[in-house]
Amino acid sequence: MSKMIVLEKLTKRFGDLTAVDAVSLAVRRGEVLGFLGPNGAGKSTTMKMVCGYLTPTSGTARVLDHDVVTEPMAVKAAIGYLPEGAPTYGDMRVSSFLRFIAQVRGFDGAEIGRRVDRVREMAALDEVFDRPVETLSKGFKRRVGLAQAILHDPEVLIMDEPTDGLDPNQKHQVRTLIKDMAQDKAIVISTHILEEVEAICTRAVVIAHGKLLADGTPEQLLRRDARHNAVVVKLAADRAKDIVAGLAALDQVAGVDALGDPVNGTAAFRARPRDGASIVLPVGDYLRSNNVTPEEMYVERGHMDEVFRAITQGEAEA
Amino acid sequence: MRNVWIIAKRELAGYFATPLALVFIVIFLALTGAFTFYLGRFFEAGQADLEAFFRFHPWLYLILIPAVAMRLWAEERKTGTIELLMTLPVTTAQAVLGKFLAAWAFCGIALALTFPVWITVNVLGEPDNGVIVAGYVGSFLMAGAFMSIGACMSAMTKNQVIAFIISATVCFLFTMSGLQLVLNFFQAWAPALIVDTVASLSFLVRFDAVMRGVIDLRDVFFFISLIAFFLFTNVIVVEVKKSA
Repeated sequence: MSKMIVLEKLTKRFGDLTAVDAVSLAVRRGEVLGFLGPNGAGKSTTMKMVCGYLTPTSGTARVLDHDVVTEPMAVKAAIGYLPEGAPTYGDMRVSSFLRFIAQVRGFDGAEIGRRVDRVREMAALDEVFDRPVETLSKGFKRRVGLAQAILHDPEVLIMDEPTDGLDPNQKHQVRTLIKDMAQDKAIVISTHILEEVEAICTRAVVIAHGKLLADGTPEQLLRRDARHNAVVVKLAADRAKDIVAGLAALDQVAGVDALGDPVNGTAAFRARPRDGASIVLPVGDYLRSNNVTPEEMYVERGHMDEVFRAITQGEAEA
Repeated sequence: MRNVWIIAKRELAGYFATPLALVFIVIFLALTGAFTFYLGRFFEAGQADLEAFFRFHPWLYLILIPAVAMRLWAEERKTGTIELLMTLPVTTAQAVLGKFLAAWAFCGIALALTFPVWITVNVLGEPDNGVIVAGYVGSFLMAGAFMSIGACMSAMTKNQVIAFIISATVCFLFTMSGLQLVLNFFQAWAPALIVDTVASLSFLVRFDAVMRGVIDLRDVFFFISLIAFFLFTNVIVVEVKKSA
């Protein structure tokens, strides 16, 4: 069974508001799915339904072949879930909080200690292990929430904004942890930090107004940006005019834009590819055949931000 | 049952992790003492029983139990831990029961700590200890009934102050419903059946009998079924609130 999470026309309405609108989706083992969308897009609501917190208005979700509507207990037992903001019982010590989770997860005796020690190491909680959760910094609180979610080594891990509000070092730690676990699990994370998608996700879906708008690898999403595979060239300003005209005439090039006015005798421009194909070779060949040595030349990968805005705002205008 | 026990244990430890437990117990003991010896005129009455002690329990519970109950669910909703709790493999009924039992046990601890009064009355005279045991059992059952109301009201809001006020009000209505003050209001227009029903809901009337040493099964059944009713309502409230 490779499809570990299956959403079937999952829908949630709050009164007149349709928060999640017939979302269908499947996540396989080994995938890290990034759930993208503007605030209020329905990301959290979707996750809450999959985890059995909210009951779907219609449709359903299945986790490891257990239906969340008819077998919520089996789903809850199978999933590790980090709710938004990583809520934890503030008056408990980290150690007793994790022991509580281990007990509720059905572990007994020495196994409780083993499980707690394992996540204490994984989430690097040693120095705060005996402190009340409410006295911890945001980064540690988040890691306690993460430790709680992975305590029973779940095959399905769902995390709502796992790195929100963390500093760059802490983000890196959490991402490394997620990557290390990714192989034999199905992981879903929601985020609006787009670099995160490129950093850890093998697949990304974009959701806005409760609808699924895009689904693909981060690479495929980046390809939607007109600047994906564009080549930026900087060269002496006196040759720039002919070269720009010549490049624009190439078959593979859709157009050439100047990047500002020449600075210190150097002009910069960007050649945009047709259909996102790689154009670095034809552009290089052309420059060489014209005996031009560029001062700088690089390929752009496209910007997730641009793609995200194009997808989500396009929907808003439609 | 295992899950109920785990949740109850965590909840009870939660009371003692903050000054709440200490404050509550000290105030409860100070007030029971003050009421028994001053308002109840325990010494002047010159009787070897604890009527003066038990008589004020409904009124103490009216204020103190909603204060213990108010955090049970309101705090979980406020801090978002309810989402954590309800996505663990625990049913709503298990969570409701576990929390209630913890809070009730906490009241039991406070009540048990009034044992010096019992010792005092035994030193001073020769009371009927059966009556006193009945009084304790009745008082504990009544505390449970107040607590189930408080827990249920706590689930309705994420604001602990509102939870406190609503549950104190509901508890007040249950306490007072047997008094002539309330019954007069109903007698003016309602049929006898309704008047009797309202009167039968009164904690005061029920507790009065138990306090005198008469443990009527109907009274025990009344408190237990009231607890069951409010816990059942509590489950429904939690379910409804989380999906709204």
